Amino acid sequence: MTLRRYHAARWDEPLIHQIGAPGRRGQHFPLADSTGLVPAGLQRTSPPDLPELSEPEVLNHYLRLSQETMGMIGVSLFGTCTMKYNPRVGEQAARRLAGVHPAQPAETMQGLLAAVHGLDLMLRSLSGMDRFTFQAAGGADAAWTQAVITRAFHAARGQGQQRTKIITSLQSHPCNPATAATAGFEVITLPLGENGYPSLDMLKAALGPDTAALMINNPDDMGVYNPEIMEWVRLVKDAGALAFYDHANFNGVMTKIRARDLGFDACMFMLHKTFGVSKGGGGPAVGAYGCTAELAPFMPGPLVVEDGGAYRLETPPQQAAKVREYLGNLQQVFKAYAWTRAMGAEGLAEASDQSVLLNNYMEKRLLTLRGVTRSHPEQTSPRLEMTRYSLGTLLEDTGISAVDVQNRMADFGIDAFWLSHEPWIVPQPFTPEAGEMWSREDIDYWIDVLAHVIDEAYRDPERVRSAPHNQVVAKLSDRDINDPANWATTWAAWQRKLGQGKKG
Amino acid sequence: MVQSRAHPFMPNSAAAGKAALLDELGLAGTEPLFAQIPAAHRLSALPDLPPALTSEVELARHLNALLDRNRPAGGGLSFLGGGIWQHHVPAVVDEIVGRAEFLTPVWGTPSSDFGRNQVWWEFTSQLGALLGMELVGLPVYSWGAAAGHAFRMAARLTGRTRIILPAAISPERLAVITGYAYSADPAMRLELVLAPCDPTGRLDLAAVAALADANTAAIYYENPAYLGGLETGAAELAAIAARVGAETIAGVDPISLGVIAPPGELGVDIAVGTIQTLGVHCHAGGGLGGFIATRDEARYAAEYPTLLNSLTTTVDGELAFGLMLFHQSSYGSRELGKDWTGNSTYLWAVAAATYMAMLGPAGFAEIGHLILARTRFAAQTLAGVNGVQVAESRGMFRELLLDFSASGRSVTAVNRALLDRHGIFGGIEITPEKALFAFTECHTEADIVRLADALREVLS
Repeated sequence: MTLRRYHAARWDEPLIHQIGAPGRRGQHFPLADSTGLVPAGLQRTSPPDLPELSEPEVLNHYLRLSQETMGMIGVSLFGTCTMKYNPRVGEQAARRLAGVHPAQPAETMQGLLAAVHGLDLMLRSLSGMDRFTFQAAGGADAAWTQAVITRAFHAARGQGQQRTKIITSLQSHPCNPATAATAGFEVITLPLGENGYPSLDMLKAALGPDTAALMINNPDDMGVYNPEIMEWVRLVKDAGALAFYDHANFNGVMTKIRARDLGFDACMFMLHKTFGVSKGGGGPAVGAYGCTAELAPFMPGPLVVEDGGAYRLETPPQQAAKVREYLGNLQQVFKAYAWTRAMGAEGLAEASDQSVLLNNYMEKRLLTLRGVTRSHPEQTSPRLEMTRYSLGTLLEDTGISAVDVQNRMADFGIDAFWLSHEPWIVPQPFTPEAGEMWSREDIDYWIDVLAHVIDEAYRDPERVRSAPHNQVVAKLSDRDINDPANWATTWAAWQRKLGQGKKG
Repeated sequence: MVQSRAHPFMPNSAAAGKAALLDELGLAGTEPLFAQIPAAHRLSALPDLPPALTSEVELARHLNALLDRNRPAGGGLSFLGGGIWQHHVPAVVDEIVGRAEFLTPVWGTPSSDFGRNQVWWEFTSQLGALLGMELVGLPVYSWGAAAGHAFRMAARLTGRTRIILPAAISPERLAVITGYAYSADPAMRLELVLAPCDPTGRLDLAAVAALADANTAAIYYENPAYLGGLETGAAELAAIAARVGAETIAGVDPISLGVIAPPGELGVDIAVGTIQTLGVHCHAGGGLGGFIATRDEARYAAEYPTLLNSLTTTVDGELAFGLMLFHQSSYGSRELGKDWTGNSTYLWAVAAATYMAMLGPAGFAEIGHLILARTRFAAQTLAGVNGVQVAESRGMFRELLLDFSASGRSVTAVNRALLDRHGIFGGIEITPEKALFAFTECHTEADIVRLADALREVLS
């Protein structure tokens, strides 16, 4: 194997406050006199300490910083985030929405509303749910939507005081317990059984008249599918609670299963993960939330309604609260519509097949590497679109951690793998997700790099421990930035605390 | 043979390549890989979706046909605002946010994400300079989300539950805040007390003083207010909060802070607001983003739900960036963390960092003066239209409440006629007779005169 002679761009680009010169300008506005228009005591008396730069300096500064970011140009298999191709045709088309104001009359944005409604219909087909809202600005916000709807649903039935608990599992994404707690619910976290999912007995012991909802993902972030999930949902609903399916890991099961068919009351898809929308380094994102007609009256609105080929907005009658102003990140919804239309049902089925095939291909090769093991070895069925691996053996043998390996892989143009959400189920976890966008050569290269790094860990652990060597900067020091004397989120704080960083 | 074509987004969907991968696993097809899923759970047929448009030429035609059915307000003359505004986005900002390195990825290592993390740090640094506050978190979903989190921070800081806020607040924002304030647990519920305001949205200080009590966690005001008034009571509101031991929370729009006193100089404890105005288009509502900022004190830092991006060093002594207090986020502590975080609006931090660098102190002063002057010009010009009443013309930033009651026309009718007969998008309806019109640097005096002439015709 020949690894790329990659080296990250290294510009030694100063901080924005360290460049420019007094009097330089990047933008002019028409000059205007506002004398006497700001009330006494409300005038700004000293200018903000902002840099003074010409337009080309700003452009070049941020272009250099973009080059000092690997992005998706390297191979990124960041598990749980479903790294996916973002079709540029959708990105390009969505720019034509830039000037749309969300309070425009509906008749002046019929094309946009048609796309929103079109995606709603396609997601209904894919999930079996009756209605979708795109207001949630991310997957966590969709979990929040579920928590808010759970509150309103039980309150409307006079059971608000009684149903105080939300059940989830140790392998759920942290946003599920966190949004449940923020909404005022007590969280019950079920531990995992030997097969990688909690047992039915654990669920039965937790369920009661005080249960408000179950929030669960399936398959989980280890690629393990709970085959008892229909029984779970039945028990939850028999207890009078709601069952919410966090479909974060939908990529491996698209067109194979539907949340509603499994009995769920509601589900969530992440358009910025599964549905081809650009991630933006962490948003703007969309958690598409779908539910049954029974829950629809509580959805945050307005929702798009079709009337004989025309589209209008309608607010559900029992909307408890909104989760986001207006209708959500509609330019991203439009991109997801574009992606889904480009795929079609056959394309989605193929993408699901591909993601699972590639994961199993990866797994076969990865498990031949020294020091690599997989979670729940007794669970012998093929994992779906992800596998949770462990470098615990490597750590024991060499002292090299998963983070060390991550840093060293970046030296070859491979961006970070995902380790694991808290808590760690296995020591030194790592979770690549192959998805459908990378070629077999990309995947092989990723594995070759890992093999090289592991080999290096046994031969020359210091080389790995001190990595990265070919990156923009070296690895972080152990400087304690949880200490108020050290942390600095702003130039002003840094200057005050350390008296450093002056220009020149 | 058409059916067997590899899909353009999927390199391994070419038949030979897929077969080779299956061969590696000793399989004839992918079905055995799904053995974990019981047959009873499986769909028997493909879901019903419209036919695929795998050809980009067909897909682009379809998408553009849809887009042709929109009439973006920003493409004509529009006075829509009320929480998301049409401000000028410099071309450089669009170029930077369109860079694939920023647009498409999610997360790498501190070294491979170095450039992006530096941009984020320059976002918080420059925003902190505008705000006069030294601790700034990475963005949240929106102003409403920021306010909701800030109220919860104040409740945790004080152990109290009452929040006093202006009755004249964006209904969209209030609807979001309501979700954050309510709790399934009655003991945890925040009591949102809406204090009366004057017609420009400024709070009634005597009313606030009377409402502030020993259970008040925070007094929240907006500057500029939702209805456009600059909050002349800012100092007094902070004093009232201090008297009862409550936090002062201000909602501000950073685009005003080249000319308006920053929250850091007005006794504000927690500042929140929008970042949409800093170089982000409306995007049909998808341009929203919010921020939370405070004094740089451990007591406040310990309550942030956001990720916090700190300057640090590498082992070689280079400057670098790392997440501080990660353990208190929901990623670190699940339900024991501070509220929650997740994907947010981080691309807009890139836009805002670029925008603030483009403007600099002189640009922010100029745009502030210009918006004040345009608002004043609009107030004077529109006051001359029969049937239109304008609340006030001084001390107003960007928005004016126009009252059409003297004309006997409803906002709906006025806006309908403005759009149909003059191609103008009117303001946001506040009551059946009153609407909020926004005036920014994107409007010329001639645009405002055109609005006045159109209103004369519509109201005649």
